[in-house]
Formats: sequence, structure tokens, C-alpha cells
Amino acid sequence: MSDAILALDNVSKTFGRADNPVYAARSVSFGLHAGRTLALVGESGSGKTTAARLIMREYTPDEGQLLFRGTPLGKANAKALKAYRASVQMVFQDPFAALNPTHTIRYHLERPLRLHQPKLNSKERTAAIEELLTRVKLDPALLMPKYPHELSGGQRQRISIARALAVNPQVIVADEPTSMLDVSVRLGVLNLLNDMKAQLGLALLYITHDIATARYVAEDIMVMYAGQIVEWGDTESVLTNPQHPYTRLLLSAVPDPDRRFSDTRFSEELNRIEFIRRQSALPQPETREVTKNHFIRPMPE
Amino acid sequence: MTDPVLSIRNLNIDYIGAEKDFHAVKDVSFDIAPGEFFGLAGESGCGKSTIAFAVSRLHRPPALIRKGSQILVGGRDVLSLTDDELRRFRWREVAMVFQSAMNSLNPVLTIETQFYDVLKAHTRISRAEARTRAAELLKLVDISPDRLSSYPHQCSGGMRQRIVIAICLALNPKLLIMDEPTTALDVVVQREILQRIDVLRKELGFSVLFITHDLGLMVQVSDRIGIMLEGELVEVNDAQTIYRTPQHAYTKRLWASMPKLHGEQIREGAQS
Repeated sequence: MSDAILALDNVSKTFGRADNPVYAARSVSFGLHAGRTLALVGESGSGKTTAARLIMREYTPDEGQLLFRGTPLGKANAKALKAYRASVQMVFQDPFAALNPTHTIRYHLERPLRLHQPKLNSKERTAAIEELLTRVKLDPALLMPKYPHELSGGQRQRISIARALAVNPQVIVADEPTSMLDVSVRLGVLNLLNDMKAQLGLALLYITHDIATARYVAEDIMVMYAGQIVEWGDTESVLTNPQHPYTRLLLSAVPDPDRRFSDTRFSEELNRIEFIRRQSALPQPETREVTKNHFIRPMPE
Repeated sequence: MTDPVLSIRNLNIDYIGAEKDFHAVKDVSFDIAPGEFFGLAGESGCGKSTIAFAVSRLHRPPALIRKGSQILVGGRDVLSLTDDELRRFRWREVAMVFQSAMNSLNPVLTIETQFYDVLKAHTRISRAEARTRAAELLKLVDISPDRLSSYPHQCSGGMRQRIVIAICLALNPKLLIMDEPTTALDVVVQREILQRIDVLRKELGFSVLFITHDLGLMVQVSDRIGIMLEGELVEVNDAQTIYRTPQHAYTKRLWASMPKLHGEQIREGAQS
């Protein structure tokens, strides 16, 4: 974990009343490494987005800490925090809501440049914007004067990615970046993220509930349920040899043309798993190593 | 061979523009048999939702259904219904679950009132009878009747979606149209809902027109599938054939753009 650019160390976050807390994150630890993609999968409400928000410092952890290049962020001063924000960028789920409808694409890309690279003159800024748009495979001359509503969903998501790249980040947190896009354009956006990771040595956290796309982009995967990371490790190992009952359930729910809907055990299994959620405040069982670089936290007995 | 529940013949729909009309649906014909689960797949803008709206005559100008198009539901010509007939036809014959249906509930009314709205508009029913019927319907979709007094924001997205489906089933329609009903939901909830629909259509005998761009999901739940490309229905076949031996080049390309869960991974660049 020491070489991680960004790490969460035993981070917990609860919501609700103190006598009946909801664990959105419970003792969550993971690290993001340069040039690697880590996928975070789980159902709605499992705490995936809470993890993203903790990283973006929208939430402060109740317990545990964030480490940036090995240094705890808790006591960082304003200057260090500004550097942190430039280093850690986010791409949001909804490409329609993430862009301001009253501003041009040029404005969207110009703003982060003005804030984080104030020394650029207007000519250099324009050049930088053109380079960003070219990088995300869009035509600068065509796109710069346009407004978000004139763009397709896939184009907008490319703009979001360009905006994140504008400040030369080291880490990108992509929260369901393709879930609102058409199947036929999803792959283009995923390929783009992959290329950026490879070219710029980015550390990518890819949050999704689409396990097939997670397999497509990520070297490592974490499965989250009820605020806990229940299984993690090498993507192929976790997906071909899932150990935790929730991982198995999640895999069985993924649309798969090879299987018809006839399996009634699905609902029973779902009820059994609900058990973990109810027990989420109990002491956690010890982590168990399945194989090299593949771990699970078993269900409480 | 029984008569089809829905029969579409030579459907042409244009969006009228100031300079040029956009031909959104081009000469589409297909049938849905009683109890059949029919999937319509294609990417955004291919005209699949336009067809769904046309079937219950919910299309609005500038959409225009061209002369010579025919839509029959249970043998009745939908396109020639008067306004009164149309009001009786909707919900009773054809009910529709919209895309992001979770947001189609009224946020300031309780679930019970929303059931009552539909039942009152289409049947002579008392508030108490409506309540009993609503409770039955909620049970169909695995929701406890004590939710009747809840407001939409108190229910999860998956629950709201199931409530919308329950409301759609209130008047025993022959055909349920679902336009991307689970796109905004996660896979576990999606699986639960579709599995429930599958059980219900076998119990209650309604047909389903299911619209999505998730081909993998569609093959799993549908009996037959139609693939649309730029307004044309380019391939119709039973689900397994569409999956195993797709004929049209576009169907093959759609499959190539979907990452696989196991086995050999597709290579990038199938489409960009």
C-alpha cells in the first residue's frame, strides 16, 4: 500500500442518529496506484458513492484517514488542499447534469485552467483547451462554441473527462461514468478512460454496478455491500472464483444471454444476504486470503 | 394461431421539421402474441420509444403517423379511436411504464391516492374498494400494503418502479409497454423486478413490449426480439437466435460492443 498515490486507511462514515447508525462506509481501506484501474462494484446504497465523496472530501471520515502520497490529509493546509483538488478529479454519472447548460464547452474547460494555472495567457489557454478536446477525440473547432444541450450523451461525458484532465490530475474518480450512456457508445468512453490511464499514468477508481464493464477496464476489483468491502483482489480471480455470497449474487444478477430467468433461488439468496445489512453494526469477521491478491471478509456466522 | 394482441403494419412516423421532416420510424411491421414477451432493442434515437408512444397514441406533434400505417390492439384500430374511446382504451388495453418511471409518481400524493387516481378515472369504484384493490396490486409486486400511506420519496428507486408497474396492472391491461424500465436501477434490483414481471405475465396472461438497449438482458427475458436501426426494424427473431446466430451486420456489431462477464474478452474498437 505504501506506493499508493491515494489511500483510504480504515475509513468509516455513518449517517443517521447515533443510537441507530447507518454505516455508509465501514473500515474501508484501499489504495489507488499510478497506471492502474480499481473497480468498485456493488448495488445502489452499498456505499460506493460515499467512498467517492470521502475521496473528494465532500464528507469527512468519522474514523480513519485519507493518505495522499503517504501523508494524512486531515491536517493539510489550504495550499495543500488546493493541490490535492487539482490532483484528484471526478467524472460524474450524469453527463446531462454535470455540465452547466448556460455555458459553452469552451467555458467549462477554461475555468479549471484559470483556477489552477493562472499564469497561462489567453492564447495558451485556448491551445490547452484545443489539446484537451483533441485528447478526448472531439473536434475543438466544432465543439468549443457549443452548449451542452447541443451534444450527445457520449460527447458530454467526453467533455467531463476533458474537464477533469484540464488540471493534470493524478487520480480520477469516475462514478458510474457510462451508466446513462447507450451501450454502443459506452465502450468508446471506457476505451478513452483506459487510454488516459495508460498515457498519463493516472490512477483510476471506476465505480459501477456493471460488472462486465468493470472486468473490461479494471485490473483490480472491490465488491462493496452495506458499507463494507466484502471481497477484493485481482479482477479475473474475483470474477471467476467468487467466494463471498454477495459477490456470487451480484454476478448471478448480471444480464447474461446464456441464462434464462428461471432461477427462483435468486430471491431466497437475496434474503439470506440481507442478513449482513441487518448485522452491519456487529463486529466484523477477520479477512481471509483466498489466493494471492484475492481476499474476502466472510459473512458473520 | 391465436390473434395477436398487438399488430403493427407499415408504421411510418415522421417528426415534422421546418425545413425537412425526420423519418423516425420507417415501414415497421411486427406482431405480439398473447402472453408473449417481445423485446425491441436499438440505440438512442433509433425510433423504439417513438413506436412505444404511438401504440398508446401518446405521441405529440411534431410526431406524425403517416397514412397507411396500422396499429391494431386486440383487433381494434388504435389510430382511428376517438378521444373518448382513447380514454377507455388507455390503461385498460395498454398500460405504459415510462423510462425513469420512478420519477413519474406525483411527489405530493400518497401511493394510495395515485392508485385511486387511475382507478377512479377508469372505473366506478369507491375509495375503500380502491384501497383494497391497491393493496392486492402492491402484494403482486412484493410490496407490503402498509406502504399505501407512504409518499414516493419514502420509497427506494426499485420500490417506486414496482409501484408504477402495480398501477399499470390495476385495470388488467392486455399489453404492458415498458420503455427502459430498469435502466436507472442496479442489476440486483433490475433482476428482481424483471423476474417478477415474468412471473406475473404468466399468471395474469398479459403481453409485454419491452424496450431497452441492453441486449444481454433482453435475450434473458424475451421470447422474441426486434432489432432497430435508424427507424427500420432490421431483424426479428426468437431471442436465442438473435443471440446465437444474428443475421444482420448491425446486430453482430451490437453484440461486439458489449463487454463480457466471462470467457474471452472482446477487443476494443468494435465501435467508438
